[in-house]
Amino acid sequence: MKKTFKGRPVIAGSASGEAVVTKNGLNILASFQKDILAKSTVIRSNDQNNPDLLGKALTGKILCLPTTIGSTTGGMILQKAIASGRAPAALLFAEHIDSLAAAGVILAKVWNERDVVTVDCLGADFLESVKDLDGIEVRNDGTVIVDSPTGGNQ
Amino acid sequence: MYNPVMQVSAEERDVLDGKKGEALRKALESIVRFGDAFGATELVPLDAGVHLVTSFGLSVIEPVFEIMEELIAAGLKTEKPFTVDPRPCDYANVAANLVERLVFDRFMYSKQKKYESQLAAVGLKDTRAFTCACYFDEVGNKPGFGNILAWAESSAVVYANSVLGARTNRNSGVLELLCGIAGKAPKYGLLTDGGRKATWIIELRTKTKPEAQILGSAIGLKVVEEVPYIVGLDAFLGGTLDQDARDYLKDMGAAAASNGAVGLYHVDGLTPEAVSEGKSLVEPGARTYVIDDAELDRVRSGYPLLWKKPDAAPELAFIGCPHLSRAQLDSWLERLEAAAAAANTKRLRVRTILTTAPDVEASFRSDSVAMARLDNLGARLSSICPLMYMNNPLCHGKAVVTCSNKLRTYTVARFFTEAELAGIVARGTL
Repeated sequence: MKKTFKGRPVIAGSASGEAVVTKNGLNILASFQKDILAKSTVIRSNDQNNPDLLGKALTGKILCLPTTIGSTTGGMILQKAIASGRAPAALLFAEHIDSLAAAGVILAKVWNERDVVTVDCLGADFLESVKDLDGIEVRNDGTVIVDSPTGGNQ
Repeated sequence: MYNPVMQVSAEERDVLDGKKGEALRKALESIVRFGDAFGATELVPLDAGVHLVTSFGLSVIEPVFEIMEELIAAGLKTEKPFTVDPRPCDYANVAANLVERLVFDRFMYSKQKKYESQLAAVGLKDTRAFTCACYFDEVGNKPGFGNILAWAESSAVVYANSVLGARTNRNSGVLELLCGIAGKAPKYGLLTDGGRKATWIIELRTKTKPEAQILGSAIGLKVVEEVPYIVGLDAFLGGTLDQDARDYLKDMGAAAASNGAVGLYHVDGLTPEAVSEGKSLVEPGARTYVIDDAELDRVRSGYPLLWKKPDAAPELAFIGCPHLSRAQLDSWLERLEAAAAAANTKRLRVRTILTTAPDVEASFRSDSVAMARLDNLGARLSSICPLMYMNNPLCHGKAVVTCSNKLRTYTVARFFTEAELAGIVARGTL
């Protein structure tokens, strides 16, 4: 079953892939730091406080989240993940983007010429509908199509 | 080429078109895109030096070093000298064993020396500019009422907005530096009159003056990133923003900013905007949060105990996150001497580090009487950042005690009130 949501493109572009979903705020530092330090090709979340993501691969996935939280180094860590090609393929925010994530995706775009498609303001309904492994298509205008084989949570 | 949503001047348009060089284009485009993401209407000039959060050469933030290189190669500097958060290491005053030094020097902060030279090249005030309390008179990055800023350190942001009446958003690291390079910040949020209105009323009904760090924690946890208007605190702090009141609000604000994401609070009858505008700062429909002694007890009881051995003897104490003022250092000296006397000891039984700004540290060290008293207690003075010091796996097993709610929030340090902590470090037991 397909469901369509409309958000605001912060970094416009198209992307498609498999959803990884967190209902809790994404702590960028806690999630990314270990595998970035270890120079792993795939970043798996190491945030002990976020069971939705712990141990799951984030690289290349469509990461669906409410917002990001935690240390103000978060933006720089995200920029590093994007610049080194290990970031999620897209970041889909249910809420308005926060300053950490905005800094990370904007700095990577401007200084590293690397885009990670970023859409915010998708609404609480988006995060309630989408679940891990759902197929996601993101369009340039901020349209997000969730293809949920089992009909999602709705 | 980026087409901004916000209004830009002809000069800004030229910069965005690359007519003033590629590095300046990138700097301005970053802050314009950032402003557009938050609905900024325009860029406005900065009135004072920026304050950076990124003080550490952490190897995982390599892109930051690359940005710095581009800025330096283009000969760009901030318009005004800037200050930056405290250094993560101070081996002279906060001893580290061989393993710790290996982890810090080779892995975590391997880029520290290079990064500090980069900071100097893009406009760092001087080698003593490493403190989270850049607004201390001794340090001198102290904005005036209504000044437009671009700061990033959360405890400094909330102090500048609330106690000094300056205007800064809670900027992300790097963005604040780029604002300093451009000399401008995007106008939105706490830079606007509307963004400074309170959406929460905090009614304080405690019987005595509450512990600043617990009151701030309660406020932060409740209002998260909204603006609170606090009623009843002036009865405990007096009607003037004297040194004691400023120090109290510094610590309360740091707790509110780290336990939540508070960037501005108003204290009825005390902070500058509350004095001039009063309750007209409160938005219609604002919610009310009543804080009494029972509520503070409830909040404190929710702090998790993260020590690996909950009954371990405390081995290290940090006092001064955010950094202590000179008045607080003097007050702690008296408090610790009294606690030591009560515990029948001349020297504290827990390794105790008091942290302050390098300029305050220098002034304190030049006071031979005060230094002799501190030495007699066996306490150490440092300008380190306790939070960055503890941000490593080696500290996870340490029984660290603190009266800082910010340090408690981000590390395994265990929180105690100031009075409790003085007794603990003197006795050597909880």
